[in-house]
Amino acid sequence: MNLNNGRGSMSTASSSGAWKSGDVVPDQFPAGLRVLVVDDDPTCLMILEKMLRTCLYEVTKCNRAEIALSLLRENKNGYDVVISDVHMPDMDGFKLLEQIGLEMDLPVIMMSADDGKSVVMKGVTHGACDYLIKPVRIEALKNIWQHVVRKKKNEWKDVEQSGSVDEGDRQQKPCEEPDYSSSANEGTWKNSKKRKDEDDDAEDRDDTSTLKKPRVVWSVELHQQFVGAVNQLGIDKAVPKKILELMNVPGLTRENVASHLQKYRLYLRRLSGVSQHQSNLNNSFISSQDASFGAMSSLNGIDLQTLAATGQLPAQSLATLQAAGLGRSTAKSGIPMPLVDQRNLFSFENPKLRFAEGQQHHSSGKPMNLLHGIPTTMEAKQLANLHQSAQSLGPVNMQVNAHGVQNNSLYMIGQPQSRGQILNESSGTHVPRLPSSIGQPMVSNGIPSGVIGRNGISDVGRGTGYNPVPQNSSMLNFPLNNTPELPGNSYTLGSTQGMSSLTPKGSFPDEVNSEIKRSGGFVPSYDIFNELHQHKSNDWNLQNVGLTFDASHHANSIHGSLDSSGLVHQGFSSNQRSAQSRNPSNVGKAMFPMGAASTDHGHAQNSGQHLSNGLIVDNPVRIKSERHSDASQNNFFHDQYGQEDLMSALLKQQGGVGPSENEFDFDGYSLDNIPV
Amino acid sequence: MDRNQLRRQVAHMRSSLIEQHYLDQQQFVQLEDLEDDSNPNFVEEIVTLFYKDSSRLFQKIDQALHSVPMDFAKLDDYMHQFKGSSSSIGAIKVKNECTQFKEFCLAGNAEGCFRAFQRVKHEHEALKRQLETYFQVPLDTFFLSGQLYAVFD
Repeated sequence: MNLNNGRGSMSTASSSGAWKSGDVVPDQFPAGLRVLVVDDDPTCLMILEKMLRTCLYEVTKCNRAEIALSLLRENKNGYDVVISDVHMPDMDGFKLLEQIGLEMDLPVIMMSADDGKSVVMKGVTHGACDYLIKPVRIEALKNIWQHVVRKKKNEWKDVEQSGSVDEGDRQQKPCEEPDYSSSANEGTWKNSKKRKDEDDDAEDRDDTSTLKKPRVVWSVELHQQFVGAVNQLGIDKAVPKKILELMNVPGLTRENVASHLQKYRLYLRRLSGVSQHQSNLNNSFISSQDASFGAMSSLNGIDLQTLAATGQLPAQSLATLQAAGLGRSTAKSGIPMPLVDQRNLFSFENPKLRFAEGQQHHSSGKPMNLLHGIPTTMEAKQLANLHQSAQSLGPVNMQVNAHGVQNNSLYMIGQPQSRGQILNESSGTHVPRLPSSIGQPMVSNGIPSGVIGRNGISDVGRGTGYNPVPQNSSMLNFPLNNTPELPGNSYTLGSTQGMSSLTPKGSFPDEVNSEIKRSGGFVPSYDIFNELHQHKSNDWNLQNVGLTFDASHHANSIHGSLDSSGLVHQGFSSNQRSAQSRNPSNVGKAMFPMGAASTDHGHAQNSGQHLSNGLIVDNPVRIKSERHSDASQNNFFHDQYGQEDLMSALLKQQGGVGPSENEFDFDGYSLDNIPV
Repeated sequence: MDRNQLRRQVAHMRSSLIEQHYLDQQQFVQLEDLEDDSNPNFVEEIVTLFYKDSSRLFQKIDQALHSVPMDFAKLDDYMHQFKGSSSSIGAIKVKNECTQFKEFCLAGNAEGCFRAFQRVKHEHEALKRQLETYFQVPLDTFFLSGQLYAVFD
C-alpha cells in the first residue's frame, strides 16, 4: 500500500476531527502539527500514521523519498516536521535529510530499526533533529513537536540577529499561540512563517541553517570565493542572492553578501576612477596621493586580482590584498602597511615575474612602456626582471611585480599609498620590476611617505625609480619598459630586486639617479644601482639618460631612503649586479620624474641632480659619473620612451649620449654629453 | 459464539501469544490501543499488511540467496526491512531470527544465511498461524476500511 495521502492521511477530516473546524484553541498545540512520514515499509508506515493521528497530528505519508521531496517542494509551508526512515530503496534517508535541510529547512526526524552508534551519529552529523529506533513507540511521537518549536525559535532569533526581519517578534510568539495548533487555521504562526519565507527564502534558510549566526569574517578564502562568484556573474549581474548561491557557503546569509558586495562595488569604483586618471598621470599621482592610498588599495586589489587571475599573484595574496584594500580603502597613511602587504604578497611572485627576463634583453629597442600607467607587457617583463633581480629583494620585489603588472597608471595615481606600491602599479608593468613598491617599503622606511608621494619614486628613490613615473606623466613613460633588460628593470624600486628593477622602468628615475650615482661605486646603499651600472650594456643607453636623472635623484632620495630601507640597498645591489645592463636604463628613465619628485627630497637634490626639474637632463649630468651604465641605459631608454616630453628630452639627451653609452657599464656613462 | 465470547477468546489467545513470546507485549498492545472507532480492525489490518509485504520480501531474499555471487549487502538490506516490519507489529521471534540472518550476512556466511533464512520463514509462518486464529480470519485476506480483501501475491 503505497498510500501517499492515504485514506485521510492528509485530510483534516480524519482523526483530527474535533479541532478542525477552525476553532482555534490556543492550548491545542501541538495538535495539528503537520507531519510528513516517509518510509518504504508499508507496515511501519501505516502504524506510524495511525500513531501520529492518535497524537492529533495531521499526517501525510509516502513511501518514496522522491515523492516526499516533491510534496515538500510543492507546498513549502505545508509541513512542520518530517519523519523519515534511514533505509530506503530509492534514496538514502540521510540524503533526503540533507535535501530537506537545504531546500526547506524543516526539522527532520530519522528512524530506523538500526540502533548502531555509527548510524545514529550519522544522523546527528547530517543534521537530524532526532533519531528514533524502531519499533517506534507512540510516546516518542508525542514529543516531536518540540523540534518544531525549537527550530522556529532559533530561526527567529537568527532573523532578528541579522536584523532582516521584523517578524521575529511576532514569530517568537507562535509557539504559545493558538494559531500554531491548528493547521486549518494556518494561524498567525503560519502566516508569519510564510511571511518570513516570502521575505527571503534564502535568507531564512541561511538563518536557520546555523542556529546562531556569528559575525561573518570575510577571510581571504571567503573573499576569493566572493570575487570569483562576482566575476562569474559579471559585476552588473552580480546580485547578492546569486552570489550567495554560487559561493555556496553554509551559514552565509544574503545580508552578509549584500553588505560585502556594497563594499566591493565602492572599491571597484574607486579603482576605475583611478584608472581613468592614468592618462593624466601628471597630476593624478600627486594629487591623488591621498586618494591613492585608497586607490592603491583598490588598485592593489584589482591588480592583485588581475595578477592572480593571470596566475601571477597567488590567489591568497590577492585576496589578502583585496581584503586589505577593501578594508583600508582610505588608509592613506599606511603606506608602509600596504607596501608591506604587497611585499609579502609579492614575495612569491618572483617566479612569475620571470618572464620579464626575456624582456630584459631587449634593451635596445624596446619601447619602454612609459609608465603612463599603461599596464603593459613590459611590466610583466619588468616584473620578471624584477623578480630576477629581486630575488634578493625578495618580498619587495614581489610587490612591485605584482603591481607592476597591473596598472601602472593606477599605481601611479594611487600613489600615496604605497608609493612603492603605487609605483608598482602605476608602472604597471614596470612596477613589478621596480621595487618601487618595494622601494616604498624601503623607502618608506626611510622616507616619509610624503616623499614617496611625490613620485613615489622620489621617495623611494631607491629602488623605485619608478616613482618618478607617477609624478609626471612623463615619468611614466619611462622606462619601465626598458628595463626589461634589467632583471628587475622594473625598477623594482630598487628594492634589491636587483638593480635591474631599479632602473628598469625608469620609473624610479630618481632612484636610479641616486642609485646610479651610487652604483658606480656609489652609494653603497644603492647597490642596485651599482649593479645596474655594471651591467650596463645597451640597455643602458637609454637608461642612462634617465638614469642619470634618476640617479641623482635617487641618490638623494636614496640617501634618505636608503638609510632607512635596507631593503633598497640590498635590492639594488643585487639588482645591479644582475641587471646587467638593462636596468640601468630603466633606472635612468625612472629618474626623470624622480627628478622632479625628488626635489622635495632634500636628499634627492644633494647629489646634485636636480631631478626636481624632472628633466632628465639634470640628472643625467650628474649621474654621469656614476652611472655610466646609466648612460648607456639612457640611450636605451631613449628608444623606448618617446612618449613624454621628458622622454623626448631624454631622447635628445640620449642622442647625445650616444651609443657609446650603451656599452658602458656605468662607468662609461657619459652623461656629460647630455645637454642638460 | 457471541461477540463477548469471541472477545474473551481473543484476549486469552493474545495472552498466550505474548507469553510464548510470539508477540511483544508492549508493541502489540500498543497497536491494539491504537484501534478506535474509526479503525476498529486496525491491528488486523496491520498484520495483514505485514504478511503481504513480507511475502514480497521473502521472494526477493530468495532470489538473492540463489544468485551467484551472493550479494550480502543486498540481503542485509532486505532483511533489515523485514526486521523493521516485524518489530513494528511486535513479532519478537521473527525479529530475532532476522538479527541472526543479518549477522551471517555481515560475516559473509552464505551457508549461515541460508539456514537463518529458513528459520526466519519458519517463525514467520508460525506466527501467521497464530494470528490467523487470533483474528479468526485467514491472513491472506484482510479487512480494509471494513471491506474484506483478498491478497494476491
